[in-house]
Amino acid sequence: MTEKLIFELGSPGRRGVEFPAGDVPATALHELLPREYLREQSPPLPEVGELDAVRHYVRLSRMNFGVDVGFYPLGSCTMKYNPKVAEDAAALNGFANLHPYQPAELSQGALRLMYETQQDLAEITGMDAFTLQPAAGAHGEMTGMLMIKAYLESKGETGRTKVIVPDSAHGTNPATATLCGFQVVEVKSDERGGVDLAALKQVLGPDVAALMLTNPSTLGLFEDHIIEIADLVHRAGGLLYYDGANLNAIMGYARPGDMGFDVVHLNLHKTFGTPHGGGGPGAGPVGVKAELEPFLPKPVVIKQGDSYLLDYKRPQSIGRVKAFYGNFGVVVKAYTYLRALGGRGLKQVSEFAVLNANYLMKRLSNHLRIPYRRVCMHEFVASPPRECKERGIKTLDIAKRLLDYGYHPPTVYFPLIVEEAIMIEPTETESKETLDRFADSLIKVLEEARENPETLKNAPYTTPVRRLDEVAAARKPVLGWFPE
Amino acid sequence: MNVPVELKYSREHEWVRVEGNRAIIGITDFAQESMGDIVFVELPSVGDTVEAEEPFGVVESVKTASDLYAPVSGEVVEVNNEPVDAPEVINQDPYGKGWMIVVEMSDPSQLENLLSAEQYKAMVEEQA
Amino acid sequence: MRFIPHTEEERRQMLNLLGIENTDRLFEGIPREVRLNRELQVDGGLSEMELSRHMASLAEVNTGVDKTICFLGAGAYDHYVPSAVKHILSRSEFYTAYTPYQPEISQGVLQSIFEYQSMICLLTGMDVANASMYDGASALAEAALMACASTRRDRVVVARTVHPEYREVVRTYLYGPGIKISEAPYREGLTRAEDAAGLLDQNTAALLVQYPNFFGCIEDLRKLAEAAHSVGALLVVCADPIALGMLKSPGQCGADIVVGEGQPLGIPLSYGGPYLGFLACREKFLRKMPGRIVGQTTDVDGRRAYVLTLQAREQHIRRDKATSNICSNQALCALAATVYLSLVGRHGLRQVAELCLQKTAYARNLLAKLPGYRLPWQSPVFKEFVIETKVAPEIINRELLKHNILGGLDLGRYYPELAGHMLFCVTEKRSRREIDLLADRLGAMS
Repeated sequence: MTEKLIFELGSPGRRGVEFPAGDVPATALHELLPREYLREQSPPLPEVGELDAVRHYVRLSRMNFGVDVGFYPLGSCTMKYNPKVAEDAAALNGFANLHPYQPAELSQGALRLMYETQQDLAEITGMDAFTLQPAAGAHGEMTGMLMIKAYLESKGETGRTKVIVPDSAHGTNPATATLCGFQVVEVKSDERGGVDLAALKQVLGPDVAALMLTNPSTLGLFEDHIIEIADLVHRAGGLLYYDGANLNAIMGYARPGDMGFDVVHLNLHKTFGTPHGGGGPGAGPVGVKAELEPFLPKPVVIKQGDSYLLDYKRPQSIGRVKAFYGNFGVVVKAYTYLRALGGRGLKQVSEFAVLNANYLMKRLSNHLRIPYRRVCMHEFVASPPRECKERGIKTLDIAKRLLDYGYHPPTVYFPLIVEEAIMIEPTETESKETLDRFADSLIKVLEEARENPETLKNAPYTTPVRRLDEVAAARKPVLGWFPE
Repeated sequence: MNVPVELKYSREHEWVRVEGNRAIIGITDFAQESMGDIVFVELPSVGDTVEAEEPFGVVESVKTASDLYAPVSGEVVEVNNEPVDAPEVINQDPYGKGWMIVVEMSDPSQLENLLSAEQYKAMVEEQA
Repeated sequence: MRFIPHTEEERRQMLNLLGIENTDRLFEGIPREVRLNRELQVDGGLSEMELSRHMASLAEVNTGVDKTICFLGAGAYDHYVPSAVKHILSRSEFYTAYTPYQPEISQGVLQSIFEYQSMICLLTGMDVANASMYDGASALAEAALMACASTRRDRVVVARTVHPEYREVVRTYLYGPGIKISEAPYREGLTRAEDAAGLLDQNTAALLVQYPNFFGCIEDLRKLAEAAHSVGALLVVCADPIALGMLKSPGQCGADIVVGEGQPLGIPLSYGGPYLGFLACREKFLRKMPGRIVGQTTDVDGRRAYVLTLQAREQHIRRDKATSNICSNQALCALAATVYLSLVGRHGLRQVAELCLQKTAYARNLLAKLPGYRLPWQSPVFKEFVIETKVAPEIINRELLKHNILGGLDLGRYYPELAGHMLFCVTEKRSRREIDLLADRLGAMS
C-alpha cells in the first residue's frame, strides 16, 4: 500500500477552502509594499479540494499504528491509553481559544488549572515548586540543568563543570549536559544494573556539578543504593537530577524529592496520559527543591488571595525556554487525567504498571535471556536466546516479525549496555489477555526463529510497506518534494 | 578480517601507510565491517593540522557515528574526495580507494606508538 | 479503577503466576527510608460525567477569542482554522502514535512529515527542513546554536525587532555554552543594515532577524544578508509563514537558516501552546541541523516509502556530541500545518496574506486619523502595526474590553522607550465592521 504525495493530487486551480472576498477598500499592492518585496509567484503548494485532502490524510492515517490500534509495549516510552475525555477538555472553547496575552482576569480558569497542576506535580514528586514551561522531556532536562548551573554560579561555585551520567542513561542526558556547557563523565553500571558506587566515588569531586539519574533506571530496576548515592553526591557538593522518564513505576510508593533529588523533569505524555502525537507535542514540567526555586523560568503561575496570576518578577530566573507558558493544551489533558485518578488512582497506576511488567517478564522468562534476574519495575530488558545468534537472527528481526502479528515492537537496542536489547513496557492500561496474547506471539516468533529463520529475516510481510533501504536514504538524502 | 602486514595501526582502528615523511590514513577492514554500511564521511581540508589521538573527522553508518582519530600529528596535504562522494568505497576497499587523508608528519617518532599488524590483530581478537 | 482493566480475578491469577500474595512484594526493592507512607494528596477520582462537568466549568471561567473581537497578535494569531484540519487531527492513528521508529507501520506520520518538510522549503526558499521544533522561539535559539557550530564562532547579533520573548529564549539557550549576544537597535521600526554591520565582526556566527518583525514591519532582508555575509556570518530569519504566501522568500533574499512559528497554520491559540517551530536551511548546513528529519527511500519490493534519516546527528546515537538534545518534534502540529497548507493551497495562502495586508492597512489608516493617536513609523507592515496613544494603553484595553474587544499589546511592557505605544494585529478574520467598531471606540477615548 502506498499513497501519492499531496503534491501529486488535485488539479491546477482547485481549492480546499474558500475565504470571503475582502470587505475593506483595497489599496494597490505597490502602495503598501515595495515591489521588490513581493514574490513573483505564489509558492507551489498543493491545489486540492477538501475531499482530496481529507481522503489523502485519512488514507495516511490508516498506514499508521497508534495505541488506539494495538498493543504498543515500547520500553521507556510509557505508551498507555490516552483517555478521550482529556481530548474533549483541551478542545473546549474556553481553553483552545485563549490568547496568551489576554488579561489574566479573562483566563482565571486556565491559570487555576496550571496552578493546581504545578501543586499536584510537586506533591507527586516531593518537590517544592514546578514550572510547566518546557515542551518536552529533553527540554525539561535543559531547563533543569541550566537552573543547576545558575544556582551553582550564584553560590560562587564556578569550578563545577562536570556532569556525571550513568552508561545506561538516555542519550538526551549527555546531550543536555553538553548543551548546557558541562563536560560529561560517564559511570559504569554494576553487575546488578545499578550505579557502580566505587566508580561513582572516583569521579566525584569539587569539579562535579550534578549526577543525572533515571530511577527506576532504563533497565527497569529501582536503584536500591539511592540514599547512599544521594548522600555521596551531596557531600561532594553536587546536585542530583532526576530524569522522570520512568515515574510511572513509583507514583504513590516513593518520591524523587524524598530520595534526595534536587531537580526533576516529568513527561506528561508518558506518565500522565497525554498522547504522544506521533512525536509531539508533549510537555516536560520541571520541579525543584526550595533552594532552586528562584531560578525557575519566568513566568510562574501564583495564587494571590482568590485570584491567579503570572509572576514575572523573578530576578534570578534563568529566563525563558519557550515563548508564552508552555504547552498549555497538553497540560489541560494531564490535569484532566489527574482529576480522573486522584492520589489513590495514581498509586494504582504504578501498582498495575509494575504488576503487568513482572507478569509479562515471568511469562517470557524461559524464552528470552533476562540479564538482571530480579523484580522489575514498570519495564524489563531482555536479550534474544542464544540460538538466535547462532542462526543469524538479530533483535531487529524479531521486532520486524512482531509487526506481522499486529504489535508495535518493544524498544530495541537500548539501553546500550545490554546486548541486542529488547525493552518491554506494557503499561497499566493493558489487560491480562493482551499480555497473554503478546507473550504467546513472541514465543511463536522465537519458535519461528529456530525453525525457519528466513521468515524473520525478511519480515514484515503484511505491513503497508516492508523493510526500507535506510542506507540509500542516508547516502543520497531526498528530504522533500520540489517542483520540476 | 584483512590486516595488511605492511601497515601500522592505531587502537582506534585507523591504519597508516608510511611513505617517507607522509602518512596515508584510513580505517581498517575490521572498523568498516563493524560499522556496517557507511553513509557519510566528514574529512578535514588540505592545510588543516591534525593532532595525534585527536579527532580529525567523522564516519557515520545509519545507526552509529564514530570520530576518526589521527594516528600521528602533522599537516593535511591531501584529502581523498572519493569516500566523501561515495562512502561505500570504504566498505568495498578500506585499504585502497577508501583512504582518507595524507598527513605530512611533524613528529615521525609518533609512529612508534602505533601497533603492528600482528599486535592490532591480537587487540581486535581480544576485544571480540 | 480508572483506565486499568484488571478484574480482581485476573489480578489474583497474575499474582499466582508470580508466586506472591500481593503487589506490595513488587515494591520491596524500594528502600524503606524513602517509601511514601501516606496517600498522595491529589484531588480526583471523578467519574467521566463529573470530570466533564468540572472541565467545562473551568473552561467557562475563561473568555477567549471566540467570545471577543481579537486585535491581539504578537506571536500568537487568531487566523481561521478550516474545519477539516481538526477532523484529520482527531484521527487517533496519528495522535496516539509515538515517534515513527518503525517505518513499516508509521508511513502515515512519516509521509505527512515529508510533505510538511517540502512545504516549509517551498515557503522559505530553503533546501532542507527538519520535522519541526517545539516553537518559533526555541527554533530560533537552535538556529543560533547551529550557526555557531557551522561557523565555529561564538557570538551572535540579534535584532531588537525580534519578539522580546524569543530573544529571552535565545539568551537562555546561549547561556549554557557561553555564547555572547549583542542586540542591534531599530529605527523607524526596522533594523538598518548599517546599524547591524556596526555590531557584526569576524567572531559573529549569525545575525538574527524577524520577517515581518515584532512590530509588523518588513525588514529589508537582502541588505541584512549582505551585511552578515560580508563578515562571514549567517543570516537567520524568523518568518511568519502566512506572510510568506506573498512576501519574497527569505531564501531568495539571501537567508541561510529560516525558522518561524507555525501556529498561524491551523493551530489553535490554546493559551500559548502547543505550537510549531519550523527550521529550514541551505543544504550545506544539513549535517548541523537539529531534530528529526524524514527522507524518501524504497522498501524491498521497490515501493516508495519514508523513514527517519541522518540520525547519526542525534542524541540517541551521538550522545554528548549530538547537534542538539532534542529528541522529539511537534508531529501533530506539523500535521495541522500540512493539512492547512493543503486546504488553502497555492492560491488560498496568498489570499489569506492579502486579506491580512489589506485589512491591516485599512485599520492602520483609520486609527492614524483619530485624534490622540499617531503612527510613530511609516515603514511598510504586514498584519500588525504600532500606534502611539495619548491615553495609557492599559486604560484603552480596559475600555475596549467593555465593548468585547481584545485590544493590542502594550509595548511598554517590553520596550521602555515605547511606553504609550500599542501593537495591533488584524488577521483575515476581522471584518470591516469590527475594525470600524475598534476605531469608533478608540476615537471615543481620545
